Parts: sequence; C-alpha cells; structure tokens
Amino acid sequence: MMRAMSVSTQAQPLSPGLRATLLRRLRRLLPADAVLAREEELRPYECDALSAYRRLPGVVVLPRNADEVRAVLCLCRELQVPVVARGAGTGLAGGALPRPDGVLLSLARLDRILRLDPDNRIAVVQPGVRNLAVSEAAAAHGLFYAPDPSSQVACTIGGNVAENAGGVHCLKYGLTVHNVLGLKMITVDGEMLELGGVHGAPDGPGLDLTALAVGSEGMLGVVVEATLRLLPAPPAARVALAAFDDIATAGAAVGRIIGAGIVPAGLEMMDNAALRAAEDFVHAGYPRDAAAILLCEVDGEAAEAEAQTERVCALLREAGATEVRVARDEAERRRFWQGRKAAFPAVGRISPDYYCMDGTIPRHRLPQVLEGIARLAREHGLPVANVFHAGDGNLHPLILYDAARPGELERTERLGAKILELCVAAGGTITGEHGVGMEKIDQMCVQFGTAELQRFHDVKAAFDPAGLLNPGKAVPTLHRCAELGAMHVHGGRLPFPELERF
Amino acid sequence: MDGADLTDSLRETVRAAGRGGTPLCLRGGGTKSFYGRVPAGEVLDLSRNRGIVRYQPTELVITARAGTPLAEVAAALAEHGQMLGFEPPAFGEDATLGGTIACGLSGPRRPFAGAARDAVLGLRCLDGTGEVLRLGGEVMKNVAGYDVSRLMTGALGTLGILLEVSLKVLPRPQTELTLILEEPDPQRALERMAGWQRQPLPLSGLAWSSGRLWVRLEGTAEGVAAARARLGGDEPADGPAFWRGLRDHRLAFFSDDRPLWRLAVPPAAPFIRLPETQPGDWLLDWGGAQRWLRSGLPPATVRAAATAAGGHATLFRGGDRGGEVFHPPSPAVLALHQRLKAVFDPGGIFNPGRLYPGV
Repeated sequence: MMRAMSVSTQAQPLSPGLRATLLRRLRRLLPADAVLAREEELRPYECDALSAYRRLPGVVVLPRNADEVRAVLCLCRELQVPVVARGAGTGLAGGALPRPDGVLLSLARLDRILRLDPDNRIAVVQPGVRNLAVSEAAAAHGLFYAPDPSSQVACTIGGNVAENAGGVHCLKYGLTVHNVLGLKMITVDGEMLELGGVHGAPDGPGLDLTALAVGSEGMLGVVVEATLRLLPAPPAARVALAAFDDIATAGAAVGRIIGAGIVPAGLEMMDNAALRAAEDFVHAGYPRDAAAILLCEVDGEAAEAEAQTERVCALLREAGATEVRVARDEAERRRFWQGRKAAFPAVGRISPDYYCMDGTIPRHRLPQVLEGIARLAREHGLPVANVFHAGDGNLHPLILYDAARPGELERTERLGAKILELCVAAGGTITGEHGVGMEKIDQMCVQFGTAELQRFHDVKAAFDPAGLLNPGKAVPTLHRCAELGAMHVHGGRLPFPELERF
Repeated sequence: MDGADLTDSLRETVRAAGRGGTPLCLRGGGTKSFYGRVPAGEVLDLSRNRGIVRYQPTELVITARAGTPLAEVAAALAEHGQMLGFEPPAFGEDATLGGTIACGLSGPRRPFAGAARDAVLGLRCLDGTGEVLRLGGEVMKNVAGYDVSRLMTGALGTLGILLEVSLKVLPRPQTELTLILEEPDPQRALERMAGWQRQPLPLSGLAWSSGRLWVRLEGTAEGVAAARARLGGDEPADGPAFWRGLRDHRLAFFSDDRPLWRLAVPPAAPFIRLPETQPGDWLLDWGGAQRWLRSGLPPATVRAAATAAGGHATLFRGGDRGGEVFHPPSPAVLALHQRLKAVFDPGGIFNPGRLYPGV
C-alpha cells in the first residue's frame, strides 16, 4: 500500500453551495452518465500513474464532443472553478492530478479517428484516441505514427500532446512536438483555436502556437483535435544486443555509434540491476552478468538495415563489448525489446515500490552522472536501477523503496530531487519526456531562474488570465521557489562544484 | 574562431530603447530584409555577437551566438561530417544563424528531416525589458517549461533578440543522388510525389519545376541504390547545384519581377488553378507541401486559393509590404499574438509590425 506523498498545494474542497450549483448546471449541459459526483465514482480519478499523489476531484465530467467540452469550460469560467483535463491517466508526473475544488475533465469519450489520409500522410484524431490505435489504423496503408511511449497501448494522444511524450524511437523520429502538424484547442473562454496545419499543411501562419501548446500540460487550453504526421513503415528492422563489463564503456560505445554517422532507430541501455530484473521477468535472453547492455536497432530497406547492422556490430566490438548478438529473427527481436519495455514492471517485482526519474543529460556526461547517482544512492541508503534512452541521453533511474517502512518514501523523494539536480548541473534537464506536472515542480526552481519562471506565468496568463486550467502544475510560483531556497544552477554558483561545467 | 559575446552591450541598448520608447529594427546579415512587413525602427546590428560556443559532434548539438554566419556554422559541421538537417536557405553570404532561426525558414530537406523549429533545442535571448532568458537546453529531449524557444523560431524577432541558439544536427548521409523524371502535367506530378512519399524511400528532396520532377535520395549506399532502381529517371550533371539553387532561390524561376508567393498546403492538395496563371508560374517543393508562385494577382485571390487548399499563403518577396504579408489569423489567434507580444516585449520595441500589425 502506498501512502500519499506530500501534495503541498492543498486546495479546499468546493463549498457545498457552489458544488450544488455546478452539478445542477453541468447536468443541464451533459447527459446523466457524463457527470460523476459520488465518492465511489470519483475514486478511480484520484491519481494518474504517479499514484503516490492522490486527491479526489470535486466533480468528474465525461463530454462526448468538442461542443460539450466548450460548454463545460464556459461554465467553469463563469463559476471560476478550476479544470484539470485527463486522458488515460498514464502520466508519470501527476499532470492529471485532480483538485478537490475543481472539475476533472476526462477526454476518454472523444475517442474517434476522424480522418486517415494516406496521400497527405496524416491522421486527424480526437484526444481520447489511444497512441497505438493510430499506428494500428495507419498500418493498412503501410504508415505508422512514430512517437511510442512505453504506455502506448493505453495512453491517449491528448495526453501525449499535453506532455510532449517521447518513446524509444525519438532519436530518429522525434518527440510528439515533431509529429503534430496542427491542433484544435479550446481556450478557457470557449474560443476554438486552429493552430498550425490542421488540414495537413506543413506549418501555419504567424507564431508557432502549436509548439507552445505541445507539452503545455493542459495549462493553456484543452486540445479537442490533433493532426498527426504519419510516416512510411520501414520494411526491415534489426536489433543488436551488446554486453559490457563496465557501464562507462557502454556509455562510450553510444558516442562511437553516433560519431560514426549512424542514427539508430532506437539505442537503449540498461544497467545490471535493471537487466537482471527484466531477464528474470520476461526471459529476454539478456546476459545476466553484464554490467550493462545496449540494444541498438537500425531500420530501413532490407539491404540497408543489413549493412547498418554490420557496421553497428563492428563499432560495438571496437568499443569493447564483451558480447554482440543480432536478433536472428523477428521473434527474438521482439524478445529483446520486450525485456526493455518491461523493465519498469520487472523492477516492480523485485521491490515493493519504485520511483521513476526522467532526467536528460548530454551523452558524454553519462559516466560522471552514473557515478554521481551511485554515490547519492549509497548516501540515501536506497538501491537504484538504471534504464536509459541512451541515444538521446534520457535517463530513467528507478529508485527502489518500500513505502511501508517509515521515512523511506521521504528519503526516496529527496534522492529523486538530488538526481534531477545532478542532471541539471551536468547541463541537462529535469524532465526529458514525462513532464513536470506536480512531481517535479520544485525542481523547476533549479532548472530555471526567476525571469524565465515569471515569463512562463505570463504566457499562461495570456491564454488563461484567471488561472483556471490545471492550476498549480508545471510552473512553480516564485514564492514557492524562494521558500524552498532552491538554487538556480545557471546562476554561476553550483550545488555540485566537483562537476565540470560547460 | 572569431567571436564576441555582446550580451552586456546589447542589454544596455535594449534598456535605453525601452526607456526612450525607440523601436528597434533587428538585423543580422541583412540578407532577409525583404521578408515580412515593412521594417520599422532604428537598425540594431546583431552580427558582431558571433562565434560558435560549443560543438561536440558526438552529442549532435551545436550552440552558437546568433550573429554567427550560417556559412561558419555549416563549415564547422562539415569538418565533422555533419550538417543542419533543415537545410536553411542563405539568400546571401552574410546570412546569420540568428536571422535564420528568427525567420524560421527551411530548405528542400524539410519534409524529410524536419523544419528549423524541429532542430531548435534551446536558446538565450534578450526580452524587451533587457532581461536575459535561457529557454530550452542543449539536450535532445527536454519538456521542462513551455516551449518558448520554438515560439521564438519564426517570430521574426518580434518577441526578443536571439543571443545564442542550440540546434540538433545530423550526420551527413553516406550517399546523395539526384534523379530527374519528365512530367509535363503538374497534377500528375503531385500524384507521383504523393505516391513516393507513401513508400519507405530514402527521400531528401522532391520538387517539380518546368515539366520535370526532381528527386533527391540520401542515405546508405545500399538504400539509395535500391531506391534508384525502383524510381528510374536520369541522373543530371550537377544535382547538388539544383538543390542549392532551389534552397537559396537562385534558380531562374526566382528571377522574375512579379511578387513571389509561398503557399503551404497539404502535400497532396490538387494543383491550384488560378486565372492568368500558367503551370510555369509554379514551382512545387517539399513533395507538394510548399508551392512557390510568381503572380501579380490580387493577394485576396491567392489567399483564398491557399485557404481552399487547406493551407495559407505568404507574400514572400515583393508586392505590397504595407498590407498583410502573412495570412491573417482569426481574431482570437491574433489577440493571442498581441498578448504574447506584450509578455516578451511589453514596450513594443522589437521589429514592430513586421509580422502583423500590433505584433
């Protein structure tokens, strides 16, 4: 059983009078089954996949179309009630954590693929469409949607847009922001904005508001339609597995592959703790004694993939791999990936609880950052298993802990914060693909200075002057940063003076 | 490497301009002065704030001051077998990195390797109050904070002075090959380009001009050879010269006195028929998604055609720069432009009106 972490921006529940008005008005706008108000109905919405943070929403609504979304937003603006949008609730940063004084706006029922246009290579979808469903629908035309977060079976496009979700193929194919051509977004004023190339044009006129909306964590508006770019599916993909007896050597091998001018479709690393857990769980065929393994996938025409695989294998051997294996067939390729994709649940089997981090660093800092993580783990008395999107320097250290032991959760949070500060000090960022949400709000004070944070608040106010959309998430108040006394590390004085700055 | 960090003196200039309410016309190399609505304000030369700050080839990231000549960036990357994937146009030798990002223009490789905004990882800029903002970063994946660096890309300097830009770079492909196929009918050309783009071909350029389809293939020797065998066509004497000429608008098509329009539309949108317009007045790039038109037709006619095709039209060069150059947005979107302008440039001193009136 997990206990709740400290959710420090506690809001008071809706007053009984306001709640009654809100419910009465909502029931006029929406069908009876689209307004949930009883505690047992609200309970499933109390958290997203960061289940350590829980709060019951005031009310849950399930609109079926853009008009109903607009009606809900207009009502909430009129009554000055906060709104938190939610997709499938697979987010890892508490971005969809509800508010007791607000409406939780589930977009699950806006789940239609409106248009699939193979000649323009676009899919126009509603926000509640699952990520994998887009590629499944596009497959009939030999096309696919590139961003593939590990939760792609369940997570929705609306959530992907809100968090600018990544996946294992980002290095070659980009994040969500690179694969969204246009958006239809409703503001808190009920205005329907068409941003970018909603009909499949490569761009829109004026400022790039699409880029601003992607990754904005539901703070600027509610996306009701997304135009996604589809790509031709590569006919062949080959994956090589390389074992290393030293994690720094594995890190250097990554630089060698990139330096040789190869952009792999996927380039993943797991340390011993993570690969053992994965091997014990899914029997992927990983060498259990390796200090680290790399999975390197290349794709393209059959002859091309073949030639690239040979080059990759040679580079891995030159880089000091103790063993290099290429998956012999599709079944083995799937097994290699299954181990990686199951790494989080696999770690979940060996520890009562785990906490997943999401820092990104410049690749060449990997050895020092790993050393730093190991040192911090020892200091905090908690084991850490490491899983990385090595190709783009995105780290997912998993802190193993037991919430039932007094004090361990708090120690885990402290260790997590230190790891993210280490990433920033190494020239990186506190979140590569999961978002800030509620979870990393304090680390934003480390990543950004006062001027940047103030502009972020101003940007939000340009869209949502009353601060009703997902308030309290993603950008900390300056007051909160001052209270924390967190040191903004770009300021010149650094919390990690032993790390080389660049 | 030549270089100087002029952040401090630029900050003083901006603060003085803010106090005096003096509009500033931001200028890098001055090679894109023709672009956007009529420039206003005192020219502020940004070209001396230059120099590559960090470049580690294995990180696939370069950081340079905004006044750095594009040619200097390209040369540094070429030394390590790398390039800017978005193939930025240079309309003159003096083109700078900052001007390139502020205008947000991309070359023929854009549909296949991403636009300027896709390559931007982060930047440092001065806002209208003289505050230095550091946005984004130097890593491939970064979702902390709103993506203001991409908002600044293509904002024509209306939101801030770019000081330093970090870009994702790509390895140069092993092999490059250009093919020409005869195709007199532009509608048929669009259909053929759409058909190829549905296939997993190693395309990096796809254009139609004067009755010919131009195809550029890039990638491994094996991949390019397989695609070449499938596509047929002929290899021209100097393929790279065509793509450079297309990128920098030095092809004969672009030397014409009539206004030059850029239409951005869904790539497979039907060929657009306009009065008093011949197929030769069109050049189709980006596999059909970016269409150049030389035409003296009234702007409203061109814009209506672009809208009907599902896109928008820009009066790219020539014509009446006092009116709307960029497609007018809806009132709600224009209001957001004005509010965002007020966030980053409250005194309205940076390139006022260059993008839209009041922005």
